[in-house]
Amino acid sequence: MASFKPTKIQVYPKLGEKVTQDTLYWKNYKAPVQIKEFGAVTSIDFSPVTPHNFAVTAFTRIHIYGPFSQEPVKSFTRFKDTAYCGRFRSDGQLLVAGCEDSVVRLFDVSGKVALRLFKGHTKAVHLTDFTSDRYQILTGSDDYTCRLWDIPNATELTTYTEHTDYIRCGVTSKLNRDLFITGSYDHTVKLFDARVEKSVITMDHGQPVESVLLYPSEGLLVSAGGRHVKVWDLLKGGQPLVSLKNHHKTVTSLALSSNGQRLLSASLDRHVKVYNTTNYKVVHNFDYAASILSLGLAPDDASIVVGMTNSILSIKHRKNQEDSKEIAGQQRRRPSYRVFVKGKNYVPKQDDYLVSKPVKEHLAKYDKQLQRFNVSKALDTALGTYIRFRKPEITVAVIKELDRRGTLKNALAGRDERGLSQLLNFIIGNLVDARFTPVLVTAAEMILDIYQSVIGQSPVVDRQLLRLQDLVKREIEFQKDLLEVLGMLDTMFASSLPRKESASASAPTVDPFPTCSLNTDS
Amino acid sequence: MVEHGDIRVVHCGGSKINFRDPVITHDSRFLLCASGEAVKVFSTSTEECIHELRGHTGLVTGVLLRPSNHLQVYSSSLDGTLRLWDFTDGILIKTCVIGYPIYSFYASDKHENVIFIVASMPSDKRRFQLVAVHLPQSGDQMVEAQELSAVLSGVNPNPAAIAFGRGGEFIASVNDLQWSLEGGWNTFTCVACHPKDDCIATGHEDGKIRLWRNFNHKKEYTYSTLHWHHSTVSSLCFTPEGTNLLSGGVESVLVQWRYNQESERDFLPRLGGAITHITVSPDGSLFCTSHSDNKITIIQSCVKVSAVIQGLVKGDIRTDLMMDPRSKALVLNGKPGHLQFYSLQRDKLLYNLDIVQQEYIHESGLQQFEVVKAAFDASGSWLATVEERHQKAAELELNLKLWAFDEQTQSFVLNTTISAPHDAQITAMCFCQPTDSQTTLLVSTSKDGHFKAWQLAAPAHTEDEGPSWLCDFVSAYHGLVPECCSFSADGSLLAVVFQEVVTVWSPSTWELLTTLSQPPGAVSDLCFGRLSCSKYLLGTTASNLLCWNLLTCSLEWTTSMDVRRLVADPLSENMAAFCYQSGSTDLFVFKPSEPRPLFSHKAVCSGKVTQAVFAPREEMLESCEESSQWLNRSQLYFLTQQMDLMTFTTKAEEDRLLASSKQVSSSHWFSMTPFYLLLGKHRQQQQEHQDSDSSLWAERTALPQTSASMKELLQTPAHVLPSTSYLCSMFVQSLLISVSDARSEKAHAEEEMESEKEEEDSEEEMESSRSKPELAAAAATESDTPALTKAQARELRRVRKLDHSWLAGLLDS
Repeated sequence: MASFKPTKIQVYPKLGEKVTQDTLYWKNYKAPVQIKEFGAVTSIDFSPVTPHNFAVTAFTRIHIYGPFSQEPVKSFTRFKDTAYCGRFRSDGQLLVAGCEDSVVRLFDVSGKVALRLFKGHTKAVHLTDFTSDRYQILTGSDDYTCRLWDIPNATELTTYTEHTDYIRCGVTSKLNRDLFITGSYDHTVKLFDARVEKSVITMDHGQPVESVLLYPSEGLLVSAGGRHVKVWDLLKGGQPLVSLKNHHKTVTSLALSSNGQRLLSASLDRHVKVYNTTNYKVVHNFDYAASILSLGLAPDDASIVVGMTNSILSIKHRKNQEDSKEIAGQQRRRPSYRVFVKGKNYVPKQDDYLVSKPVKEHLAKYDKQLQRFNVSKALDTALGTYIRFRKPEITVAVIKELDRRGTLKNALAGRDERGLSQLLNFIIGNLVDARFTPVLVTAAEMILDIYQSVIGQSPVVDRQLLRLQDLVKREIEFQKDLLEVLGMLDTMFASSLPRKESASASAPTVDPFPTCSLNTDS
Repeated sequence: MVEHGDIRVVHCGGSKINFRDPVITHDSRFLLCASGEAVKVFSTSTEECIHELRGHTGLVTGVLLRPSNHLQVYSSSLDGTLRLWDFTDGILIKTCVIGYPIYSFYASDKHENVIFIVASMPSDKRRFQLVAVHLPQSGDQMVEAQELSAVLSGVNPNPAAIAFGRGGEFIASVNDLQWSLEGGWNTFTCVACHPKDDCIATGHEDGKIRLWRNFNHKKEYTYSTLHWHHSTVSSLCFTPEGTNLLSGGVESVLVQWRYNQESERDFLPRLGGAITHITVSPDGSLFCTSHSDNKITIIQSCVKVSAVIQGLVKGDIRTDLMMDPRSKALVLNGKPGHLQFYSLQRDKLLYNLDIVQQEYIHESGLQQFEVVKAAFDASGSWLATVEERHQKAAELELNLKLWAFDEQTQSFVLNTTISAPHDAQITAMCFCQPTDSQTTLLVSTSKDGHFKAWQLAAPAHTEDEGPSWLCDFVSAYHGLVPECCSFSADGSLLAVVFQEVVTVWSPSTWELLTTLSQPPGAVSDLCFGRLSCSKYLLGTTASNLLCWNLLTCSLEWTTSMDVRRLVADPLSENMAAFCYQSGSTDLFVFKPSEPRPLFSHKAVCSGKVTQAVFAPREEMLESCEESSQWLNRSQLYFLTQQMDLMTFTTKAEEDRLLASSKQVSSSHWFSMTPFYLLLGKHRQQQQEHQDSDSSLWAERTALPQTSASMKELLQTPAHVLPSTSYLCSMFVQSLLISVSDARSEKAHAEEEMESEKEEEDSEEEMESSRSKPELAAAAATESDTPALTKAQARELRRVRKLDHSWLAGLLDS
């Protein structure tokens, strides 16, 4: 006597990304806080000292936000035109910002009025930064020059005129007070040494450079421009190391995670991508609502701040430990382990007579019904809310099993309006899923056969049938388009393949899309 | 043409055991069933076949215990004889010639020496009558029954259609008359009579069981209806006391109805195939059901299955015949959704591998998943199976499954399931042959015009899932349908047939190397030559057998014959071609390099042969005759159109088998009792002695006698036995007789050992008794080494002794 063989639930390859450590880490953020700014957010800079406030440059203002506040702690509004690139000094006391009116302003973080004004550039200043000795300021401007200024007496120290286009980004070395790097729209990234008159290393990025970033060790440099993100080895004299092309629009901003293991790039294509810095593979991806202009990552990855063209600032805070602990606490409310092992670990003694108990085989609820040939009940069980929404493959497997037993019609028939609409809902939801289509098409056809006499009696069912018809129509359109694309691809492959004299065999093609044959009899 | 000499085509294994209802003996130890032209005796506890009662020359149509002697059994056959057997020893006691083919027969307690047989009417062969035969009382081995008297005419030849009630007081017979009741037409299928009551149970085609009473009075009979079965009731049986009624049908559920309390029923579901017969042992402790899949299940009082006797399932075999390289078992599909592994040497089904792994629904007209293709790789560590289910007005459901052999469980474990591997039916499938390469390759061809190569791929992610099979390559050739594929012996070439064109590919680069074609006619079967003939590629078309030389890419030779199946011997260059010619099949065995066939056999069987396989022998034959040399390394098995498994044997082999079968003693089938353990051990020792010393042949003949006396002693009821003290000596004596010789030998050996021990005990004694070992040592060393001096010998012995004690000390520490 064989035991009942349970319904086979087909294991489908998991769609979507695999759950990795990275996914878990980067998903562990709360829902974003969205703040409306006055214009496109062009720059975000975190203060190096606690509490790690961050300066957000948007239109003619710079707002400083605290780590948890949704209102700005401080605002700098004394700009005559659009402000650019508000940056903190390494002690978090001073803030520098460029402006469209070519004047560079230096602020005390606690004050309101600019401490110093650096005038000398002739066009908008998009790049400002402090050197590591804290006494000088680097600026880069649309007048193709970059300059070093002395803070105490607000004088210009040096001017570099090597770039031949706008200078839009740059960074100073944190380890050496004389080194700084600028990126320009003339496609080059240049490393300058303040002790000499001209650039030391020039790297050709190939596209207008939008952002540069130095690794903490300052051996590697990352530059972003166009769709490319490139990594350069400075210690080898600016040798290109990797070129990443994972975005499909201009990459605008770069950031490095706190431990230096992950690199983040933001782009106009509304994505933020996370790379592993050892193999430079994309390990995670964030989607945003609009094109991203600026990206900031708080120390310890405590929050991700993203500024977008639609003047929205999005702040994602990391879930803290207590929250996750709370969830764990809820899960612990179960019988203790001892309850389950009670008596199970008893080792029989020598004289004990062992009474063997037949192992009770566990069957799922729908299998129990199937075992008793209760086909309608089995389908009802498989259409339960949890299974229907969370594990549609089980419902589909039961429908398939009923079809194999030749009793699907019996199971589908005799349903009232509620039951039928539930069934139709499920079919509408899953019909176009390529994994379920073959099974559900048969079921849908059967439903139409069975219930065609009652069409028109229930508005709910009628509406759903119309939806189903619509869905099928749309799906057929899609399939047609796909086949057209496939045909085009085939032609392209055929023309691109080198022709051999003996190549009589047709080009190997793999059909990536199982063509669905759907009948439009609804 | 070569004469086929002493090579003979024989049936091989697996005749039907579910043809007629089996019989359980009174002591419930044996089960007898008709199996082809023999009656098989099985042990109910060990499931082993103990005897085959051979002698009939026609199909055996019934087995019945002799009512007057429970150790004897009657069997009837289509050859027109009744035979009486002693089933414990497997001896034919009497043959009674009736003269007409017997379709079924009955006996009852009331009618001594009368057997009721069903034979065809002399006037009309298609109508049957029940005839009472008075068995002549004579001591002769062969008697002819003279007294025949017809009892009933127009009966059904099916044995289930007639039953004797109340120990033979009345006969109930049902006919397949259409019988109208309650507006519906019904057909009787079987009948059973209550052993004590006047009650007849009949089974009907609509799944109802009717219990008839009061039939002694004309027209006043009453009946009640029991309904559980959803289709035909195929068998009915009352338990000996009449308390329960058992019924079975196509649902494969044994239903037990309480007599007079019909609302209470017990079920024993999922027994296997459809139930064809139900029998109960005379003491009611064992039930036994025959199933349509050539299986007999023995059930302990409707509670649990205690034994399953499974024969070779020969239904609609759609897979090729294959050999499992590990177990050397023949593999073919048997039960629906299963592959059966059948040991040809032991004529026993080893196990069934569940391929489909779905609940089988017993319902006629339901399209089930069927295993249609299977293939083993060369080492037997991978098995690929294809199952398909074709439903009307629905897409073809196709699954390709790959099974890995698991060393721990010694069976195949599912590794990968590929649903819908192709868009249409798979026409052929083969594994890459070489054993040395690390990657295994599977090629499948399909009616959708593609062939695909599947490869075992390492897991993509470093998770705990193992490697699985992935599609490696897809190709087609001018939109033609590939029919079959074959790998060369070294795995360097793959040949795929696209109708008339044979394409040869290189599996390493997937490059099309060459195409071979020989119109007209599509190539239907393909085979690479082996060993010295590996440069040849053979193909068959509807009218020709073609042989290409792969070095020149040209046709080497061709002959015109209609080859239906071409098989290559894996161990030699030989090939076997089954040709269909005017209603029968001829066999040619040849080497591709030689124009002359090694062996040919006209009219092997009638009908076409489409499935055949070479099975490697366990031990090679030493035949030197030219015509039978091809059978030395492997044996050829084939399936006829009637699904009979046939093979070829030589005369020498048959003689050898016959001799060995005589040697096998009947001691294997005793059930495991404490006495058996005692005696079995004892007997094993005896046998070891005999094996070591063949001079004890005379002993062997004395053995059965002693064992018989012991058996008698053990089987006699305790209250009739003499006193234990008397028995004990007898028992011990019976044990001692057989070892008398061995004991003396043993004693001798012991003496020698003792003497040797003594001489090593002390040096002084050793010196005194030196002469004897010296002599032995001298005798031993004389031939090749110069004799040692006494001093040297002593020194040597001392060294050895020292060495010994030191070693012992080391061991102790």
